[in-house]
Amino acid sequence: MKKINIIRSTAIPIPIENIDTDQITPARFLKTTTKEGFGKILFNDWRYDQHGNLKEDFVLNNPKYKGTILVAGKNFGCGSSREHATWSLKDFGFQVVVSSFFADIFKSNALNNFLLPVTVSELFLQDLFYAIEEKSDVKIEVDLPNQHIRVPSHKMMEEFEISTYKKMCLMEGFDDIGYLLSMQKKTKKFELKRTNDYSLIGRI
Amino acid sequence: MPKTLFEKIWDSHVVAQEEGFPTVLYIDAHFIHEVTSPQAFNGLKNRGISVRSPSRVWATADHNVPTINQLLPIKDLLSRKQIETLEENCKDFGIELFGLGHPWQGIVHVIGPELGVTKPGMTIVCGDSHTSTHGAFGAVAFGIGTSEVEQVLASQTILQTKPKTMKIDVNGVLQKGVTAKDVILYIISKLSTSGGTGHFVEFTGSAIRGLSMEGRMTICNMSIEMGARGGMIAPDETTYKYMYGRTFSPKGSDWDKAVSFWKTLPSDKGAKFDRVESFDARDIEPMITYGTNPGMGININGQLPKINNQMSKSSKDQLLKSLDYMGLEEGQKMIGQHVDYVFFGSCTNSRIEDFREAAKILKGRKKAKNIIAILVPGSSQVAKQAKKEGLDKVFEEAGFELRESGCSSCLGFNDDKIPPGKYCVSTSNRNFEGRQGPGAKTMLVSPLTAAATAIKGCVTDPRIFIK
Repeated sequence: MKKINIIRSTAIPIPIENIDTDQITPARFLKTTTKEGFGKILFNDWRYDQHGNLKEDFVLNNPKYKGTILVAGKNFGCGSSREHATWSLKDFGFQVVVSSFFADIFKSNALNNFLLPVTVSELFLQDLFYAIEEKSDVKIEVDLPNQHIRVPSHKMMEEFEISTYKKMCLMEGFDDIGYLLSMQKKTKKFELKRTNDYSLIGRI
Repeated sequence: MPKTLFEKIWDSHVVAQEEGFPTVLYIDAHFIHEVTSPQAFNGLKNRGISVRSPSRVWATADHNVPTINQLLPIKDLLSRKQIETLEENCKDFGIELFGLGHPWQGIVHVIGPELGVTKPGMTIVCGDSHTSTHGAFGAVAFGIGTSEVEQVLASQTILQTKPKTMKIDVNGVLQKGVTAKDVILYIISKLSTSGGTGHFVEFTGSAIRGLSMEGRMTICNMSIEMGARGGMIAPDETTYKYMYGRTFSPKGSDWDKAVSFWKTLPSDKGAKFDRVESFDARDIEPMITYGTNPGMGININGQLPKINNQMSKSSKDQLLKSLDYMGLEEGQKMIGQHVDYVFFGSCTNSRIEDFREAAKILKGRKKAKNIIAILVPGSSQVAKQAKKEGLDKVFEEAGFELRESGCSSCLGFNDDKIPPGKYCVSTSNRNFEGRQGPGAKTMLVSPLTAAATAIKGCVTDPRIFIK
């Protein structure tokens, strides 16, 4: 995966709360066996009408808004655990999602796919929506090493949190499997020491 | 130090905890299905690694299966390929599959408990958010993404940050006609769809204790709908009675040993939770959702909220957007609301008890003419049991279409979609825009309310049929 450092981009705003993963990627598009090509159906039912025509009032169809940063309302990514939602956002070209709150599974999925979820305060989020509304090509800077998000033209800045481990993964291009496999000796030891494991009854 | 049920299970599954790293947590059982596993198997193939512990993986086909003529070749080629890919992957990696045609096939969260795979004290994951269902047995069970499915297949462990703990206490006796589904819809309506995020929830209190295992599963199933990482209920005699004699339950002296271990699991007296919420069972009435997330629910006899100046702009926007999608008016009543479809099914309410309860109302009655009523059992075993008890006759005579098991109209994945603009009263778990099909308008209810609604042809309080 492509390492993340500092991302500077304009942003696409969706000021709606509780955007669930069924909206990001409707279930009927989950019939594939690969991770590719989900960008074209990102927000499918908000983006296209039932005949497949673009809905002009949806922000992704508005040429005024471009960029690799998505700014969305509170509780982004709730609902289904489908990682296809993350693949859709990534495939469309997003590198960062900014919100005041992320659903747990979505956040893990995003981090595992090098899509950076940036949690900001509700106040900062609203200011960010105003800034984009005022000037659609406002530049936003997401600095992972220093863990801050800035809007230089508006003198806005806020720090964000990310676990030390995940920050290292994103900056160095590591994923979790390498680490988990390096722990296999300990896993084996754990299994040998265990009592009260009834989970394999009927299997061995 | 006194520990909670969650902490006891979590702590006993920690393989490693290095400074600056998340916990390496051992996983006892990993359920997989056709939709969220193919990319994980591709990942393993690309890395040239195998499945570490195939005997800890339990596979079935549920999300994408047809519910009519399951044994014929699937017409939709993409669906067929996904099912075939699961079959190939299971074969290649030595995993036993309870696929189409297998007597144990069914919705992953129905078959786990039904077969006795799900047990107290276990860690359980699945690439499906409703994995929280298994917590009803006193297990730490949570949904994961496909990258994590790959991690667990490769290592039988997962990297996790320890969530916070939360206790939700429901005390008192439930009114007649009020079910576990109403309890959880009520709780979510109070705490919102993000009220539990970052937390693992333990449900406690006399109203929870009084529920059957099926009811407890319904509660834990929907804990994800308030954003919780998982839900759980301490095991007790109800749990052991349900589990005894099931295919993968311990037998003989193993059973006694297991029960004495399980009895050590409930939260210790004085154990601290990061957050506690309490509800009175007597305040809960049959519930129905009116909006486009599961937190937008009201008492079935209540009125929809009205836009007011105390609401934040975003709450106002969300309410207006939801009402516009649903074609409902602020302040209106839900009772008597027009309905086109009634869907019985999903991992929330498709177990034998759900059908028994609904059958009590439907027996000797017929659905209204304007309703299309579909019943999809949660597993092939539920379907078999329903036949054995003659419930299939009750439903058929009431004018229901009886299907074969799968996730079906809960998520509009296969052909079982609710048409655009149509209202569906559903026993499932999500009322998101388009969840049951593009433009479908979902109202979530209990099996009793679904049965009463099917008979009357509009949203109906089930208590009129309950003596």
